Amino acid sequence: MKKLFAMMLVVCMLLAGVSALADEPITIRVAHIGPTTGAAALYGLATLHGAEIAAAEINAGDGPYHIELINQDDEHNVEKVINAYNAALDAGAQMILGTTTSKPCEAAGAQGYIDRVFFLTPSASSTAVIEDKDNVFQICFTDPNQGLASAQYIAEHNLGTKVAVIYNNADVYSTGIRDTFVAEAAQRGLEIVSETTFTDETTDFTVQVADAQNNGAEIVFLPMYYTPASLILKTAADKDYQPIFFGVDGMDGILGLEGFDTSLAEGVMLLTPFVATSTDEHVVSFVNQYQAAYGEIPIQFAADAYDGIYILAAAAEKAGITAEMEPEEVCDLMIAAMQEITVDGITGSMTWDASGAVTKSPMAATIVNGEYVFED
Amino acid sequence: MIFLDNLINGLSLGSIYAIIALGYTMVYGIAKMLNFAHGDVIMVGAYIAFCGLQYWGLPPVIAILAAMAVCTVLGVTIEGLAYRPLRQAASLAVLITAIGMSYLLQNIALMIWGANPKFFPPTFINSTTFKLGQLNISSATVITILANIVIMVGLTLFTAKTKMGKAMRCVSEDRGAAELMGINVNRTISVTFAIGSALAAIAGVLLCSSYPTLQPTTGSMPGIKAFTAAVFGGIGSIPGAMLGGVLLGVIEIFGKAYISTELGDAIVFAVLIVVLLVKPSGLLGKPVREKV
Amino acid sequence: MTKAKRNRLIYNIVTYALVIAAFILLQSMIANKSISRSLKGQLVPICSWIVMAVSLNLVIGISGELSLGHAGFMSIGAYTGAVVSGWLLNSFAVESTLLRLVLAILAGGIMAGVMGALIGIPVLRLRGDYLAIVTLAFGEIIRSLVNVLYIGVQDGHLCFSFLNRNMPEGVTMLVDGAKGAVKIKPISTFAVGFVLILITLTVVLNLVNSRAGRAIKATRDNRIAAESMGVPVTKYKMMAFVTAAALAGMAGALYGLNSSTVVPTQFTFNQSINVLVFVVLGGLGNVLGSVISATLLTVLPEVLRAFSDYRMLVYAVVLILVMIFTNNPLIRSFADRLIAPLKQLLRGKKQGGDEA
Repeated sequence: MKKLFAMMLVVCMLLAGVSALADEPITIRVAHIGPTTGAAALYGLATLHGAEIAAAEINAGDGPYHIELINQDDEHNVEKVINAYNAALDAGAQMILGTTTSKPCEAAGAQGYIDRVFFLTPSASSTAVIEDKDNVFQICFTDPNQGLASAQYIAEHNLGTKVAVIYNNADVYSTGIRDTFVAEAAQRGLEIVSETTFTDETTDFTVQVADAQNNGAEIVFLPMYYTPASLILKTAADKDYQPIFFGVDGMDGILGLEGFDTSLAEGVMLLTPFVATSTDEHVVSFVNQYQAAYGEIPIQFAADAYDGIYILAAAAEKAGITAEMEPEEVCDLMIAAMQEITVDGITGSMTWDASGAVTKSPMAATIVNGEYVFED
Repeated sequence: MIFLDNLINGLSLGSIYAIIALGYTMVYGIAKMLNFAHGDVIMVGAYIAFCGLQYWGLPPVIAILAAMAVCTVLGVTIEGLAYRPLRQAASLAVLITAIGMSYLLQNIALMIWGANPKFFPPTFINSTTFKLGQLNISSATVITILANIVIMVGLTLFTAKTKMGKAMRCVSEDRGAAELMGINVNRTISVTFAIGSALAAIAGVLLCSSYPTLQPTTGSMPGIKAFTAAVFGGIGSIPGAMLGGVLLGVIEIFGKAYISTELGDAIVFAVLIVVLLVKPSGLLGKPVREKV
Repeated sequence: MTKAKRNRLIYNIVTYALVIAAFILLQSMIANKSISRSLKGQLVPICSWIVMAVSLNLVIGISGELSLGHAGFMSIGAYTGAVVSGWLLNSFAVESTLLRLVLAILAGGIMAGVMGALIGIPVLRLRGDYLAIVTLAFGEIIRSLVNVLYIGVQDGHLCFSFLNRNMPEGVTMLVDGAKGAVKIKPISTFAVGFVLILITLTVVLNLVNSRAGRAIKATRDNRIAAESMGVPVTKYKMMAFVTAAALAGMAGALYGLNSSTVVPTQFTFNQSINVLVFVVLGGLGNVLGSVISATLLTVLPEVLRAFSDYRMLVYAVVLILVMIFTNNPLIRSFADRLIAPLKQLLRGKKQGGDEA
């Protein structure tokens, strides 16, 4: 996939280490850490598979760098993630692509900050992941960003003024988005008429939906992943309740949910940097490869991790990483390089500042006839 | 109107708990063990039905029968391989084995069906919504409640009238004495597991008809709640499981609707504790008199 | 000295000796850097799990009550520890990490002990599976409540809020609802963990071998007989339950302060079950067994990392097989028959040695 690699706009190529270009490619060892078993396996497997496809593409091309991918399972657990991290370093990893989920990433990133190990997380989106740590960079938006953008979008497009929020109060991602959404909504003159919560184990959403319905909400904001969202849409359909459902990037995947009646999602709006049904040729190529290899349509997590490997390769080239470098040495070089590169990936064009947060723009999509239609 | 709406939602959720609790209570009453893998047998049943509907294009009734057949075989196999060798062992050893079995089933399901959730396709069970004024009642709710009543009556008659049912009651009362009376204890327990697992398949289909996302962990939380419901109603008692399940569902929905969605689960468990403190053997459980 | 007493003494000495030897071995490995990162990172969690297992064994194995909510006490300890440590640092500028750690562990133990007493008073009236389900319920209640708990620190005093995050401006959050205890400065050390294990062993072994311990065991074996002999059953059960809760709280504080963050989802019902598995595999009432099985079962999944996807599958199969092989009378007698000649051989040799 030389073509895709060429897409990467590496701002400055003339640094130490690039001289190796003519010789044997340099193999850098990247550890993917994420939950590949357990209840969150869905997300960890997605990032792993996305990373595997990118690594295979890079290794098949003739770029200056090859990627050796080491996988460690963290079970979405704050204790296990430290074990996974240590096992990855024992196995010779120079940098980490991970971790997939926020809380484990917060813990492992803090350990990495002490040990000086570089982290690039595809999908851990809470601000605590990058706060007070110079070694962690994100590919996805931070949660407050999404809450802010969603409230702005709803207000600017005059979608309605009465808003209901249903969120997972046991989940950092969901509460993170909800907090800034509610604050921004107040600023923008949106009225929160109903606010209800659920947890990871919840399957019954009748109370939450009924509360929104009875309070006359015109818009229901769903800062959550697509699995609970699909249940909420089903419950609302059973109750003949048809507000505008507004989702965030975790909603992507709902159309690929096996057996899901996409007419339930008709009219759902969401802000997302990646949609699997995009006609962009790189997205199409990625989705086709993913489907061929794993038999599923990739969700946003997979796309983020796919970009992640390319970002690491670009930053490694910029920083002049060699196969012999220790993680400590790699860390500081990568931190500097990350702030200088711009990467055009399948989730958008990305740049980073010293905080580790990414700058890219989300797209607003509406689901029409079971497909995404983009606004603007 | 909102009250009625909540009541119906509560009954709907409660009837799901009840149908799972029936399976728990059957096995507990006769084999005297907490079958922690019951929730996972439900999950397997739901997956089989899903495959039948989605991949093999079977009509819903056939798909449900297929799920029941697979679950029955699975239940009997689990009992024979894992629980039977521990018949004489301490109850804790059996509990741990059941937990191991639960992990095993979840991980096998993860390998076969992957981690991505499936969405249970609509069938005759949940395809229509009845309208009563402003109330919307899903057909899944009606069918679940009907299924509960049929199963409860069926089980009660079965244990009261048939030879096998009487054998079950004997084994439940005193296993040693039953054996002396010429009752084949192992066979009786196998049949219990077969029935319990077939019920689990039905419960799985009904669970997924109301709450259609299906994952390898789908069975665990409803399993724990249903177990709570069984204890609530008096474990070992068939009408108790039904009552406990329905009450638990109603309390959960009311707690969420009128107190706080954040504390819904806490309220359920708090009510359970209060009931058990007042009535230590559950609502319909028989107090066990101790012999000295 | 009676034979039983001597056996018990030997058992206790062996227990302490093994723990101390393991500590010395690991410390020397750390000193000459021959320990893998992976194992080094697990040392403090292992200490916590050992304390959890030994304390739960006090409830299940020795007192005979099935508790399924032990992780709830651990979470109380972890949260208390995180709050106390953060408070001491923020308001009193206690720089000594050791002092903070010790105070946090003590506070965690006291808090969990108090909760244990509050829960124990109503609950210990129940028996068997009913007690199990109520402890399970309490574990879940604790988790739900912690999930909506907010604690911050500002100008030397703590701010609490429940359900809603009503915090003054500029407050430093210590516990932030679903985000759990945040921004913890990891201060736990293996040495403190080791001392905590020694304290736990001392408390539990002394309790077991004391008058109270005999009464607790008598209650377990036959409650009615014990009661009719004038043993105040409830008092002794409370004693075991509260002690175990306090120890679990201390383990929780150690565990929580080993990480930069603690979340309510770490202390679910499944976690209680994990500790239960340690206890049952180690042998009910067998303290040394709990220590060994907690260690092995914490390390085992890490050793099995190479199998990655099949790891939990293997774990489940191993669990089932071990339970069947150790509890089935047929297999057991078969194993005994296999081992018997060996034992005979050993005994014969020993006698021979004595004669010589």
